[in-house]
Amino acid sequence: MLEAQKLAARRGFSTLFTGLSFRVAPGEALVVTGANGTGKTTLLRMLAGLTAPAAGEIQWRGKRVGSFDPQLRAAVAFSGHLPALKDGLTAEENLASLVALEGSPAASDDIAHALDEVALSRQRTLPARVLSQGQCRRIGLARLSLAARPLWVLDEPLAALDAAGSALLARLLGRHLANGGLAVIATHAPLGLPEARLSSLVLNQS
Amino acid sequence: MAAALAIAPDRTDTAWPALRWAVARDVKLALRSRAELGVQLLFYVVVASLFPLATTPERSTLTLIGPGVLWVAALLASLLSLPRLFAADHADGTLEQIVLSPYPLVALVGGKIVAHWITTGLPLVIIAPLVGLQYALDEETLSVLAFALLIGTPILSLLGAIGAALTLGLRSSGSLLALLILPLYVPVLVFGAGAVEAARTGVGASAHLSLLGAGLLIACVGAPFAAAAAVRIALD
Repeated sequence: MLEAQKLAARRGFSTLFTGLSFRVAPGEALVVTGANGTGKTTLLRMLAGLTAPAAGEIQWRGKRVGSFDPQLRAAVAFSGHLPALKDGLTAEENLASLVALEGSPAASDDIAHALDEVALSRQRTLPARVLSQGQCRRIGLARLSLAARPLWVLDEPLAALDAAGSALLARLLGRHLANGGLAVIATHAPLGLPEARLSSLVLNQS
Repeated sequence: MAAALAIAPDRTDTAWPALRWAVARDVKLALRSRAELGVQLLFYVVVASLFPLATTPERSTLTLIGPGVLWVAALLASLLSLPRLFAADHADGTLEQIVLSPYPLVALVGGKIVAHWITTGLPLVIIAPLVGLQYALDEETLSVLAFALLIGTPILSLLGAIGAALTLGLRSSGSLLALLILPLYVPVLVFGAGAVEAARTGVGASAHLSLLGAGLLIACVGAPFAAAAAVRIALD
């Protein structure tokens, strides 16, 4: 259970949002929409524990969590605008390195299988520098599926993904939610998930 | 301080795998881009070789300025590689994943510092005695030089990491980093060059080396915490 109470965010002197309260239950995804500059990314960074809220609090499993909270860090999988891939490492090495950083090192079979699932098995040994943006995104998807984290915080996960990639994300998200996972997703495009699992949050210009 | 305290509740039994992860990854990345390593090493050799050309080929003068020049060149070479320490991870988003990792950030940052020293400090330690030959330093002085660099260059990486983390994401961070960190390098320079000078004049370098060692211990204890706190501030 992820709960936000009266969250507020400031960037410089301008207030992005105030008094934002919501709840995400296990098996549910919160879809955050809103025009550019309304604070979607800031909200997601707060929920991942990267930024401290200007006011209000975030509760994870009934306990208040601050930024960089160890409890939250053990639970969240954050995927931001940046792919977090190293140009010099191959797709396989990048994935293994990211998963190991999340504290759950995977066997090379699992890595190969995860890359296979995102249709990157042929690019396994290519350095990330020669991969397309969409392919880099797919490595991010493979990472999400490998690291068993209860809370996914995804910022524009559909960016640069083709139709097959979007379907793949929908499949992974569906599986994650069916297993009792939570997700908070900022997006402009429909995710292709059953409505019953989704709740929506619209950020307005204040 | 608040950030350093916030690190405390982390499980400490994960520090070792975290350190290993960071060292292994950064050393691997550095070996993949060997050109950058070569540039830094070459820079050291060139800077240290400029002084005999600019001053005089006279032996007595060269042995006099040698210890100081070899250390100043080491400081500058260390400064050359420092901006990359966190900036590369910051630019591609890896740093976000690093601070969100369940591993203690201090251990991850510590591992990055160790890797930085292995890839930039250690090569200087190895090549410095060779470069020192141009200054007509005798064998014993050269071995003291290598030993002093062995203790001193990790301090440069440790202190430099604080500066690199503090200037993360700023424009013209490279030159700001130099201004910020060079004054902090002064004690290392004084005792490091002092040790070599003492060895050259036959006074005995142990006093200087002990102080350098004490500095290394203090930096080891404090710098990773300070750098980790600065990394968190930079990402907030």
